[in-house]
Amino acid sequence: MFITNLILALVVLTNLKLLGSSRLGASIRVVAAQGVALGLLPILAHWPELSVHFGLLAAGTVAIKGVVFPWLLFRAIREAEIAREIEPYVGYAASLVAGAVALGTSFWLCTRLPIPENIASPWLVPVSFFSIFAGLFLIVSRKRAVSQVLGFLVLENGIYTFGVGVAVRTPFLVEVGVLLDVFVAVFVMGITIFHINREFDHINTDRLSTLKD
Amino acid sequence: MWLLSAMAVLLYGAVVALLLMKRPSLNYSWLGAFPVVLAAIIGCIPAIQVLLGGPVEQFHVPWPVPFGEFFIELDPLSAWFLVPTLLLSALSAIYGVGYLRPWQSKRPLGPIWFFYGLLVLGMMLVLLARNAVLFLVAWELMAVASFFLVTFEHERQSVREAGWIYFVATHLGTVFLLAFFLLLARETGSMDFAVWAAQGIHTQGLAGVLFLLAVIGFGTKAGFMPLHVWLPEAHPAAPSHVSALMSGVMIKTGIYGLMRAFTFLGTPPLWWGWGLVAIGLSSGVLGVLFALAQHDLKRLLAYHSVENIGIIALGLGVGLLGMSTGSAVLMVLGFGGGLLHVLNHALFKGLLFLGAGSVVHGTGTREIDHLGGLLKRMPWTAAAFLVGAVAISGLPPLNGFLSEFLIFLGAFKGGISTGGPVAVPLLVVIAGLALIGGLAVACFTKAFGIVFLGEARSEHVSRAHEVDWTMRLPMLMLAAGCAGIGLCAPVMVGSLQRVLENVTTQRPEVVRMTLANTTASLLFVVIGAVTFLLLVAMLVLVRRGLLSDRRVDESVTWGCGYPQPTVRMQYTASSFAQPLTDLFRPLLGTRKKLSAPRGLFPAEAALKTETPDLSREEMYRPMFERGERWLSQLRWLQHGNVQLYILYIAATLLVLLVWKFR
Repeated sequence: MFITNLILALVVLTNLKLLGSSRLGASIRVVAAQGVALGLLPILAHWPELSVHFGLLAAGTVAIKGVVFPWLLFRAIREAEIAREIEPYVGYAASLVAGAVALGTSFWLCTRLPIPENIASPWLVPVSFFSIFAGLFLIVSRKRAVSQVLGFLVLENGIYTFGVGVAVRTPFLVEVGVLLDVFVAVFVMGITIFHINREFDHINTDRLSTLKD
Repeated sequence: MWLLSAMAVLLYGAVVALLLMKRPSLNYSWLGAFPVVLAAIIGCIPAIQVLLGGPVEQFHVPWPVPFGEFFIELDPLSAWFLVPTLLLSALSAIYGVGYLRPWQSKRPLGPIWFFYGLLVLGMMLVLLARNAVLFLVAWELMAVASFFLVTFEHERQSVREAGWIYFVATHLGTVFLLAFFLLLARETGSMDFAVWAAQGIHTQGLAGVLFLLAVIGFGTKAGFMPLHVWLPEAHPAAPSHVSALMSGVMIKTGIYGLMRAFTFLGTPPLWWGWGLVAIGLSSGVLGVLFALAQHDLKRLLAYHSVENIGIIALGLGVGLLGMSTGSAVLMVLGFGGGLLHVLNHALFKGLLFLGAGSVVHGTGTREIDHLGGLLKRMPWTAAAFLVGAVAISGLPPLNGFLSEFLIFLGAFKGGISTGGPVAVPLLVVIAGLALIGGLAVACFTKAFGIVFLGEARSEHVSRAHEVDWTMRLPMLMLAAGCAGIGLCAPVMVGSLQRVLENVTTQRPEVVRMTLANTTASLLFVVIGAVTFLLLVAMLVLVRRGLLSDRRVDESVTWGCGYPQPTVRMQYTASSFAQPLTDLFRPLLGTRKKLSAPRGLFPAEAALKTETPDLSREEMYRPMFERGERWLSQLRWLQHGNVQLYILYIAATLLVLLVWKFR
């Protein structure tokens, strides 16, 4: 219970750190750390009853989120040779305030939601909601395509948290499917970033608005 | 079982065509056409059995779609529509093999054969479906497949535009159908056609609303007059064998839907019959008038489809009047004439579009005023086209006459025996049909005369050549069908027996009696026609005999004794139609640009006429322009910024969550 809550607090803190950070490299590392922490969650959430299922899921999550994604993203930054700054629409301080509001909203929402009884920690649902909101906020408020990939990952982490904690009987296959989805998405995005950069000499998505009809 | 295997063959053939013909070097059109022909043969067997009195087949499979069930049934009404659909599909497919040859080396033909197969499959399912969800899915399959067929030559701007007009029109029609089905489902608590037919609708107001929804929804596909705008755009744009299929049978699914809808709605009040007669009259008369004013051969034929749909609607209107008054004669002859015209129109309009396709194939143009004298270069096409033209004009002894005769007869008999509110629309039907017939003759005199007779009007004709046998054979078979139905008139009328029992729910003896009365008078017509044909044949033989030992000179056509005739002395399409188009000017809105010849030795003169579609110009264009102006005020929402788009989604989700759990 204690360790689970510790991980959830870590997730909240990493989310806030992402909202306030101005460096791309640091953000990627933070998301990786969040991924590793969450990877341990399925084992801890169901502590006494360990099974191969949870072990495999944890190992896969840690490997993909902690190693493969950061590597892909760092490679994308290196190959696209972009400046390592984030270029937000919304300033860092304002982002942090928005994050705080989102945290409040998530806790308030969860007082209204019908939550199952046998849940690992009462924080699980609010934290997963907060991750989803923070991810969406990151996607909306940052210009760089890489930052948007990060926002997407945080969003997925939120869904993952919810899935692990609440939907105990979620079939193994579904979770693996989600993981695979995200993997493909990041992979494609990495390639797309590289190609957008080559075509337009930048990867700022706001300047893609000239492509509308 | 037969039907399911036919559908499986179609699907299999379509997919194989798509997968195989990926490069121009792999274009084997036969591979696309053969499954359609095979499926048509397999599918026709049970349909004909049912029409001859065999048992009605049903087939249920549960389907995981909510409220959906794969429930198909082949009753006489479906069978009656299924036979021409399959026949024309097969013949058009054979024709398509030859017609698509110019594209053979340029682009992969897989997609067009794939969508052709899907279109035929969609039409089959529409006719067989007995579950509303399945019906709508089939309806959409048909619409989407035909959209891709229409836009086959998508590199041309005009074709893309026509495709979009068709796409928008057909989906607007589907909206009304959706409302129609949902209302019925709410009323009866089922999505099953059988349940609907058994329960019926008992509130007058609701039945009226449902009737209007069905007329608009199905009428858009069929091409009733103010809803017809897509026909004159899509038919010329599509490849000719597809135009033949769409105009010959696809638009008839609208008529089928309407007839099926009548079986759900209980006894019709009088105003339904009035309404259909009015729609039929406007479609028929305006359709043929606009056809007269056209310069594009396929566009002219497209307007004739509107006209013929009008004739069918007149027949259905007479039938509905019969149902409201309980008059068996009106029911049998009205519905009988309408249904027979469905079959006949499939044959002769298919034939005419294939003929027009051969002209386009041979000359490379659809402009009537650029053609002329094709009779000498394309004798087979010309002969087939002539048969189609005579048939569509409703002249005996061909099949077009037969169905119009039935409607006439019904209207006359009913007009005499009933009074007041029924007699008036029947008189309107008689007058309208006569007017339509006359104008159709004028229009096809123009079409055939300008295109095939006289002398070549432009360079296009000098390249013309007769088409090969894959294109000739379907035309000849359709022409034979037109003549065959006309000459076997009494037998054909007898074959309506099962369908009419099904539609009118009258006792078999009543239907048989009414039909038998008709066949008697038809026999005279047929005998007269055969005598006339024999007489003509004899005269031809006599002429040949008399000329056999004399010198015969051949000169230019319509030389008229001038020393130096030029091709420009001939009638043009516009000048031929001018007396009639002038007469009906207020209805047509023809725009004329005339720079008249001046002085004793006029140098230059020019005349340009143009007849844009009235309802498109006056009704839909202003409507859509206003809609666009109104909606473009929301353009600022679309700014091209991805972040803000995602913000819309996120904000909506958040608002919904908070609203739900507040």
